[in-house]
Amino acid sequence: MPSPTYRREMPQRYRLEAAKCKKCGKLFFPPRLVCAGCGSKEFDKTKLSETGTILSHTMIRVAPADFATQVPYAIAIVESDNGVRVTTQVVDCKPEDLEIGKKVKFIFRKLYEEGHTGIICYGYKTVLV
Amino acid sequence: MREVAVVGCGMTKFGELWEKSLRDIFVEAALKAIDDAGVDHIDSMYVGAMTPGLFVGQEHISALMADYLGIAPIPAMRVESACCSSGMALRLGLFEISSGYSDIVLVGGVEKMNDGADATYALATAADQEYEVYQGVTFPGLYALIARAHMHRYGTTREQLAAVSVKNHHNGTMNPNAQFQREVTLEQVMNATLVADPLTVLDSSPVSDGAACVVLTSVDFAKQLKVPSVKILGSGAATDTLALHNREDITTLKAVKLSGKAAYKMAGIKPSDIDVAEVHDCFSIAEICIIEELGFTEKGKGGPFTEQGNTALEGKIPVNPSGGLKSKGHPVGATGIAQVVEVVEQLRGNAGKRQVKNAKIGLTQNMGGSGGSSVVHIFTTT
Amino acid sequence: MVGIVGYGSYLPRYRIKVEEIAHQWGRDPVTVKRGLMLNEKTVPGMDEDTITISVEAAKNALKRANIDPAEIGALYVGSESHPYAVKPSGTVVAEALGAVPNVHIADYEFACKAGTEAMFVAYGLVKADLVKYALAIGADTSQGAPGDALEFSASAGGSAFIFGKEGVIAEVLDTFSYTTDTPDFWRREGAFYPLHGGRFTGEPAYFKHILGAAKAILDKSGYKPADFAYAVFHMPNGKFPLTAGKRLGFTKAQMEPGWIVPLMGNTYSGSSPTGFAATLDIAKPDDLILLVSFGSGAGSDAFIFKMTKRIDDVRDKAEKLKSMLENNRIYLDYGQYAKYRGKIIMNE
Repeated sequence: MPSPTYRREMPQRYRLEAAKCKKCGKLFFPPRLVCAGCGSKEFDKTKLSETGTILSHTMIRVAPADFATQVPYAIAIVESDNGVRVTTQVVDCKPEDLEIGKKVKFIFRKLYEEGHTGIICYGYKTVLV
Repeated sequence: MREVAVVGCGMTKFGELWEKSLRDIFVEAALKAIDDAGVDHIDSMYVGAMTPGLFVGQEHISALMADYLGIAPIPAMRVESACCSSGMALRLGLFEISSGYSDIVLVGGVEKMNDGADATYALATAADQEYEVYQGVTFPGLYALIARAHMHRYGTTREQLAAVSVKNHHNGTMNPNAQFQREVTLEQVMNATLVADPLTVLDSSPVSDGAACVVLTSVDFAKQLKVPSVKILGSGAATDTLALHNREDITTLKAVKLSGKAAYKMAGIKPSDIDVAEVHDCFSIAEICIIEELGFTEKGKGGPFTEQGNTALEGKIPVNPSGGLKSKGHPVGATGIAQVVEVVEQLRGNAGKRQVKNAKIGLTQNMGGSGGSSVVHIFTTT
Repeated sequence: MVGIVGYGSYLPRYRIKVEEIAHQWGRDPVTVKRGLMLNEKTVPGMDEDTITISVEAAKNALKRANIDPAEIGALYVGSESHPYAVKPSGTVVAEALGAVPNVHIADYEFACKAGTEAMFVAYGLVKADLVKYALAIGADTSQGAPGDALEFSASAGGSAFIFGKEGVIAEVLDTFSYTTDTPDFWRREGAFYPLHGGRFTGEPAYFKHILGAAKAILDKSGYKPADFAYAVFHMPNGKFPLTAGKRLGFTKAQMEPGWIVPLMGNTYSGSSPTGFAATLDIAKPDDLILLVSFGSGAGSDAFIFKMTKRIDDVRDKAEKLKSMLENNRIYLDYGQYAKYRGKIIMNE
């Protein structure tokens, strides 16, 4: 991933920043220019809650090259306590520990490295609470 | 608006085509379609392909294919909507003839996935690069998330998922163009290597090379040709959130539902009128969700409906008589038109051992990504 | 009053036992454990490094400090395993915490004392009224060559301390640094593992500097070992800190809460800071604590802290070190450990 793209997404990846529609209150992660709920173009800055719930989960066993050494790793769709859904890894756990409905918290981790010489890509993941 | 017909179709065998290049396979399928239609020229061409740039390093394939097919300087355009690129291309061909801009349009699809690229990565570019792929999710992973939620909510079982693959592999044994022409058992599917829990490699469509093409004309023009034509009765397309997690309900493929609705409306028919359907079974769970969204069964009942044999060749609504993406193969850009080729042959009565009896109305459903886009076409005999 | 207004630590969940490493290299686990006084050590997950550890430790410190991260005027990360050779760890940490852009950032490296070095400067800046709050972090994913004695101890973890003038929980009463040029342990640019001088790392390096700094700060401040509730010394293994403390006149009871090395290993720049954090977890108002780090090369930073009443209000606002040390451990075998630590030659 080129560094300009990486830097642009930092507020979301590093700090879970989201946007809240001033008109209808819908939350967007990442922030958008137009509200998909009501069409409004005005937003307040907000953040995802630090904890959430697993809505579905899987173990990735065949991964793209950047993630190949990490297999198997767990991916879940998590709904934050303030109602925003994200796709995220659930780390430091065994496959059998995962269940729909379990609580997780967001943590800061390394996602992958661009080989031995490229940039190191960080962002959010989750662990079971 | 003119009515539009498919007057010719052709496809390559799907599979690992080590001896043939991207341009070779497209030209092979196109020549078959042109020959089948018996037309002496082409006015315009649409080529569906997901990402030849990532798979073989080649973009701008519209001009390349027109050149190698010997039909340059006609206008040609590449269409991309992930795995439903060529299904969407058909829609553009339909519009072009319907509007009267052209009389004979070639619509094709192609993908060469086995030439050494990281296919897992290339396919994943159809998902949200920044908010899904960045986290390490893969396409099997996204469908596994749908599967887990569907099982949790509706009680869909592992066996029911496997039943989709068993049925499609069985149909594939009767399709000489299929990548896999062998039976699999429920046990084999369930005990195969996990790709993304709970989906195994036998729940998943393969990495394939292949191309498929059809020739479209107006229905009136088709009458001048001495070939059996099939009329396009309806067309519908829709989109949904690109990221699976942004959907209100991850077990609902809204784009499939809405594209189906639009096509049914245009055709003036209902789901029970469909005699044969080719749907986008990129993973076993996808076929279960799709037959629910298209109204062949109730929401949540796709598993038992399949298990009871309703979608088998001799069932209530035969689904994927070609073997589907699972057994026929899934060269992503080619899949949409390959589905049309199958339905046209079924409606012409040319499907050999896998012929659905008395098939008069057929449907194709082609999907992009994890359901971010979907296109449905309905065909009938003329 | 200038001192610590918030502190926090982070340890990875993964562990490897000394027996497992000893077995790999044909060493006798009983004598290794007895000699080094180590049982197991922390191992970073494949997705953890000095930066991620620093972020998690700092988040815990912020929970206890209860301040706006934007008010942090200086942020220093001390480590000898900064993920980039060129490009600061601190900028990532500051971005993740929301401390950018009005902040002074630097990465420190001084073998195992880079963490207290960060603390020393952070304290100085606050005291000089140059910044309102300064965040100092000592964190490492330590390297030890396969089969080397260091492999039994080199571990991962770190601690973060926010210095300020309002809401102090541990006041800094005094500081002292004692430094010479001593080549007892080093890692050259581009080298994957450090080298060391074996027994030369003991008397002329660790003990000379630890004792030198400790004696000097005691002389300077006028305190005697008996005045302290607790003392924390850098922990390259289990034995050295206890020996140093004993020579200075401290009892095992004074050192016990911060002596976390048998279960944690040596987290290099995070070692004495994390022992200190474990001590803060149990210290009471008015307790005096002596902290002495050691970094090869070589030098020691010494601090005397005095606890305030506020410690009782903030202690429970983040996970305590004992809980991180003893709960939710995931044990690795040597093969997994070698993979996690990047010790296996892979194709690009």
